[in-house]
Amino acid sequence: MVIAALEQEQVDLVFGYPGGAVLTLYDELYRSGLKHILVRHEQGAVHAADGYARVSGKTGVVIATSGPGATNLVTGIATAYMDSVPLVLLTGQVATPLIGTDSFQEADITGITLPITKHNYLIKDIKELPDTLSEAFYIASSGRPGPVLVDIPKDIFEMEGRFDYKLKQDIPGYKPTVEGHGGQINRAVKAIREAKRPVIFAGGGVIISGAAAELQELAERCRIPVTLSLMALGAYPGDSPLFLGMPGMHGAVCANYALSEADLIIATGVRFDDRVTGKLESFAREAKIIHIDIDPAEIGKNVAIDIPIVGDVKRVLQGILKKVQPGDTGAWLKRIDEWREECFTCAEEQPENDVLTTPYVIREIDRLTAPDTIIATDVGQHQMWTAQHYCFRLPRTFISSGGLGTMGYGFPAALGAKLASPGSTVFCIAGDGSFQMNIQELATAVTHNIDVKVAIINNGYLGMVRQWQELFYGGRYAYSSLQGNPDFVKVAEAYGAKGLRASTPGELRKAIELALATKGPVIIDCQVVAEENVYPMVAPNRPINEIIMGSERK
Amino acid sequence: MKHVLAVLVENKSGVLTRVAGLFSRRGFNIENITVGETTSPGISRMTITVEGDEMVVEQVMKQLHKLVNVIKVSNLSHEPAVMRELMLIKVRAEAQTRSDIQQIVETFRGKVVDVSLDSMIIEVTGNDEKLEAIKLLLQHYGIRELARTGKLALLRGSKVTREA
Ligand SMILES: Cc1ncc(C[n+]2csc(CCOP(=O)(O)OP(=O)(O)O)c2C)c(N)n1
Ligand SMILES: [Mg+2]
Repeated sequence: MVIAALEQEQVDLVFGYPGGAVLTLYDELYRSGLKHILVRHEQGAVHAADGYARVSGKTGVVIATSGPGATNLVTGIATAYMDSVPLVLLTGQVATPLIGTDSFQEADITGITLPITKHNYLIKDIKELPDTLSEAFYIASSGRPGPVLVDIPKDIFEMEGRFDYKLKQDIPGYKPTVEGHGGQINRAVKAIREAKRPVIFAGGGVIISGAAAELQELAERCRIPVTLSLMALGAYPGDSPLFLGMPGMHGAVCANYALSEADLIIATGVRFDDRVTGKLESFAREAKIIHIDIDPAEIGKNVAIDIPIVGDVKRVLQGILKKVQPGDTGAWLKRIDEWREECFTCAEEQPENDVLTTPYVIREIDRLTAPDTIIATDVGQHQMWTAQHYCFRLPRTFISSGGLGTMGYGFPAALGAKLASPGSTVFCIAGDGSFQMNIQELATAVTHNIDVKVAIINNGYLGMVRQWQELFYGGRYAYSSLQGNPDFVKVAEAYGAKGLRASTPGELRKAIELALATKGPVIIDCQVVAEENVYPMVAPNRPINEIIMGSERK
Repeated sequence: MKHVLAVLVENKSGVLTRVAGLFSRRGFNIENITVGETTSPGISRMTITVEGDEMVVEQVMKQLHKLVNVIKVSNLSHEPAVMRELMLIKVRAEAQTRSDIQQIVETFRGKVVDVSLDSMIIEVTGNDEKLEAIKLLLQHYGIRELARTGKLALLRGSKVTREA
């Protein structure tokens, strides 16, 4: 019955790992011919399904067994929840009569995942199963998307029941608002027309709702500069003259200055995370704020909003575009160009002494790959440098754990990304620390011949931790060295993937070219300088225009 | 400031955990919570008293509304509403004090619902002020145990809080 539901939902691929409580389901799966990717750790399955969902826009599906199988999903679920990624997670549970008795491999996974799912269910009766599954898919993918978990006891898998499947459910307590309020849209139009120093600040919601074209039209028609949160990179072309870069802690100088001095911020599908706003009291002090979001709870959560518009970003922007008239932003754009000069002075130059720096590696990957290449990252310095130095031009080409900051996300997510978009090159920019958190998925990549390229940024450190220790903890590197790293080339080869190593710009170029010319998974161990810091930087809980430039860099 | 919220929920297993969990996770202060059936089958009504300024209560309401099993959330503090709570008090009562206590109970339109040689159980309903007042008076005789239901509320007049 579960398989039939997956077919109804047009699921073409599931990620999972079998075990006692889901044996019956696996048997059905096996006989159905539905494609299943066997991962090597359940966390890998969620991240892969998450990468698949972020790239395709479809709902990712994961299967895991009860107890440890289910608890291994937790980090991945929390990651997807924070970044609003649609997933349906099917977990096995011990048989109904055993629930609550601490029986073998029992874990209360609905209790555990209550705060990190959009919604979850424990099936107690076969009769509930079809409606619950269709509700799960509907809730996961509509409104503000998110992960939904359905816990199914072993005995229910074994029962037969009437399969009466309705594709969409009418759920009394769940009615997302899609259309924006007309009066509010008019107020926004007026504010845009009157603004002298407007900035568009867009977040992941723009990508989720498919509103990149509308965003671009608004920016270009009204001559408004655009800054994108980490989650939104790619939603606006990174090489456009109106693009300011990413704001916040490691944001571009001109983006932070622009937000700080703006008189109007058009915030679309963004949630004012503390990594962006810095010290809240000093954030955008002079600006009126329009906030467009499908989730009413995001509006006014962190900053006070002048013009709230609840609705789907795409629909609301279309409403605004019907009426909007450009204001006079000439002087403001000039001012921004002056700041931009400053930004470029800190851009990465060719490294000296024939060594590799991470920004250089990232720029080289950018130069050698096509604009539709999908980049997945882990979490740390390499992630921030990727956001700063890779020029993203298209939506859904950058996937990274933004909200939760999950190390080990990148590689399994890249596998899912490639499966979602087999025609695109997929490059994972991994940290040497992070990569080891899901290194076992090399086996998944090799057995399914999933053609991803991984550049391991090997700085021998938990680099981001080391940077904070250097800047804020008197240079005491408490357990942030990764001494004992394996030989990544040999690791790749041991799994049957191709392993390459680069420690000079010349070697790097050759390695990237060879990787791109090779079919199948390739690991490039990029040996970069060890102690380099990510700048610009705003110290935590400081105003975002108090920027440390790090010109004292070694 | 205290706010009284009426929350209509689908009567599904775990719904109370979802609501309570939300409060602790987001650091909202819940003062009390009551749950009971409504006239519609499958729908329960929670009355939740929360402490916080307008911003906080707005967040509480929006977050509650996001829960799939929550159908409607309304703040009754901004409108005329009848608010009641029931309290049971076991008070020390010897022969000499019994009639004094009885008089207090009558003044507050309470009821004596159980008597033993040295104690009585008193039942009172009312709003916060009234319950606090009688509690204060009875403390004088010695309260041995006390139980309260938490607040219930309905809008005054013909207006109702309904599912849709
Ligand atoms: C699962 C997890 N544990 C710990 C952290 C805290 N943390 C953030 S960045 C970082 C260092 C990452 O090191 P690496 O992957 O080598 O990347 P680098 O910063 O060196 O580029 C750590 C430990 C985290 N984000 N996720
Ligand atoms: Mg590192």
